[in-house]
Amino acid sequence: MNLWEFLLHNRAEVFRLSMEHLFLVGLSTGIAIVIGVPLGILLTRWPRLSKPVLGFANIMQTVPSLALFGFLIPLNIYLFHVRIIGGIGARTAIVALVLYALLPIIRNTFTGINSVDPAIREAGRGIGMTDRQLLFQVEVPLALGVIVAGVRVATVISVGTATIAAAIDAGGLGRYIFRGLRMNDNTLILAGAVPAALMALVADFLLGWVEKLFATGVSGWLRNRKVALGALLLALTAGGVWFATMFQQQGTAGRVVVGSKDFTEQIILGELLSQVIETRAGLPVTRRFDLGGNLAHEALVAGELDAYVEYTGTAFTAILKQRTVTDPKEVYRRVKEEYATRFDVEWTEPLGFNNTFAILVRGEDARRYRLKTISDAAKYASKWRAGFGQDFMSRPDGYQGFARAYGLKFMELREMDLSLTYRALVEKQVDLIAGNSTDGLITRYDLVRLVDDRRYFPPYDAVPVIRREILQKYPVLRDALKSLGGLISVEEMRQLNFQVDGEHRAAKEVVDEFLKKKGLKDSVGRVVTTGP
Amino acid sequence: MAAVDQKAIEFRAVSYRIAGGRALLYGLDLEIKKGETLVLLGRSGCGKTTTLKLINRLLDPSEGLVLVENKATTQWDPIRLRRHVGYVIQEIGLFPHFTIEENVGVVPRLEGWEEERIRSRVRELLSLVGLEAEKFASRYPRELSGGQRQRVGVARAVAADPPIMLLDEPFGALDPITRSEIQQEFRSLQEKLGKTMVFVTHDLREAFLLASRIGLLKDGRLVFLGQPRDLLDSDDPEARAFTRSFQDPAKILNSP
Repeated sequence: MNLWEFLLHNRAEVFRLSMEHLFLVGLSTGIAIVIGVPLGILLTRWPRLSKPVLGFANIMQTVPSLALFGFLIPLNIYLFHVRIIGGIGARTAIVALVLYALLPIIRNTFTGINSVDPAIREAGRGIGMTDRQLLFQVEVPLALGVIVAGVRVATVISVGTATIAAAIDAGGLGRYIFRGLRMNDNTLILAGAVPAALMALVADFLLGWVEKLFATGVSGWLRNRKVALGALLLALTAGGVWFATMFQQQGTAGRVVVGSKDFTEQIILGELLSQVIETRAGLPVTRRFDLGGNLAHEALVAGELDAYVEYTGTAFTAILKQRTVTDPKEVYRRVKEEYATRFDVEWTEPLGFNNTFAILVRGEDARRYRLKTISDAAKYASKWRAGFGQDFMSRPDGYQGFARAYGLKFMELREMDLSLTYRALVEKQVDLIAGNSTDGLITRYDLVRLVDDRRYFPPYDAVPVIRREILQKYPVLRDALKSLGGLISVEEMRQLNFQVDGEHRAAKEVVDEFLKKKGLKDSVGRVVTTGP
Repeated sequence: MAAVDQKAIEFRAVSYRIAGGRALLYGLDLEIKKGETLVLLGRSGCGKTTTLKLINRLLDPSEGLVLVENKATTQWDPIRLRRHVGYVIQEIGLFPHFTIEENVGVVPRLEGWEEERIRSRVRELLSLVGLEAEKFASRYPRELSGGQRQRVGVARAVAADPPIMLLDEPFGALDPITRSEIQQEFRSLQEKLGKTMVFVTHDLREAFLLASRIGLLKDGRLVFLGQPRDLLDSDDPEARAFTRSFQDPAKILNSP
């Protein structure tokens, strides 16, 4: 399917995602203006504050978005009983976007006002304007062109940054981009990127026009009280809408919130968990999928999620920061124990497969050099380029220990998004990657998985994790999750992944089919009772 | 005559130092009578503009007292004081985002006049400075010539009818012909308005044309104060330096 066909065929969804995107950008920029412009003005009155405030805004811009999300999710800040900061979803995305948009707005307000011709300022003071009259009648109108330029920069940046919002289930066009990256599907990536780029161009054009209007000083109408009042009302409305959304987001009471990380297998497992809870426990489920990095864990601990599927090795090394242990039973026992005491979270029955890191090379290379194990490949490493996902590069059970364990020294090391590593390997941009053993793309692209002969990687058994509080509230969940124990083999998981990644089928449908095949759901989707 | 002798502005042993400690003005004593035009003459950096800014309290004296209508400037509310004193600075003082009408009417508007009264006052002032209201009222400063802008500057300063006016080289940026025209117009305006004026310039010709008295400043000190014709007879070296430069063109051409 080409891009045009895709957009046409999915126009309702494209429109909805674009509106979500626009909502995120518009609201966050609006809030950033309401905060940033007065703050910029304040700095011109107390220049002593300008260094720390601009420094703070500067630092905010350099914080990676996932780190910022990780920091914001556990926060619980209320204003008039409405949670304004914290949690997953649009609220946190907007707070992050506001923080990113502040710098250009504060800075431009500050420099715009400071760069008003001193002679004009002196004329204003000389004819007897009070500081406030000087500010609102002379300085702000004359700085308006520069201030709008700052808003323009902030908006265009926001349109781009808002794609990251998909990482915390805040919607927007980022959904297509992430999904496309994961499924190696250019059309899907473009379906997110092209509308976002168009949006940025339109915003840039419109604000450029406004900027020009103000820069030439034709702003007499702005001093009009009615217009000023209108602008204030508009700002208040924006604030009100934001508040209302916050209210809306409160409504997960009485529902089980199921999450997932941001790769295909996790979406499938999240869907699996959700459908089992819906059909076998009869509870309504809110899906919060696609959470980037460690955000699913953060959200679970913060009580924003009730359950998702975690991997024992990941929890053990990346979250509990323990040294690698290779015995699967031992790892499971220890994470179960630690999670119960530290997070009040329960590890239920393992699903039955181990999704470990798969060190992959192209089939032709494996055959030519007769490669079976990672040790076999070690001698070629100095001539090879390796490509690893950001996650693999940074996690404690990732690249550093791996390279040490096998004495690897690659000619070149490239860090990129996990889903891009497959493409890079197939297109011979790199020669070795670390994928997932359950990945559907392994067979599709004729890749060979090298055996971890020194047993470096810990076991990564997939296991649903659930908050104990919700288990106590709905004991029926326990039985529902029990039915998942040992349900999926590695081969089955790989097939499920391939159905979604390779055949581009919806996870919902694939899971439904799988549950029926396993006899956990009857043909009309009703609960199949097991046992007497 | 009593009214003429009353003091509008008085400097009592006024010094002004900038933050680093350097003085721009030393022990200035000066009385400016109601209705007179005192021209402050001097080279760039001699302290003329500083003297002016001490009057409308854009600056406060480091030592001594500046009195406006027998009240120390530090006792005045600065905003009230500035609206009581018209202020014209070199060309650039117009607000570029205001129309001519808005520029001229800005002080009356700050003073809370009725819109109708402001409009008729603006029209009256524009014709007073020789600009047709219909043609210029809704234009922006950038659409006017330098001479026209300067007329607007004067109109703005007198808009709320302040008894005192400060003019800081108002005609400095104009070409010589326009400058000489506008000086002549200003002279007749002076007579019509009858205000106390303090006029800063470095142009001796302008000083002679407009001054009832001239004060000559050099390096922050007042070295001469008196009638224009007395300046020609002064034996102060700075006064001599100024008068030497004030020669007729014929003499310049004939000099060896």
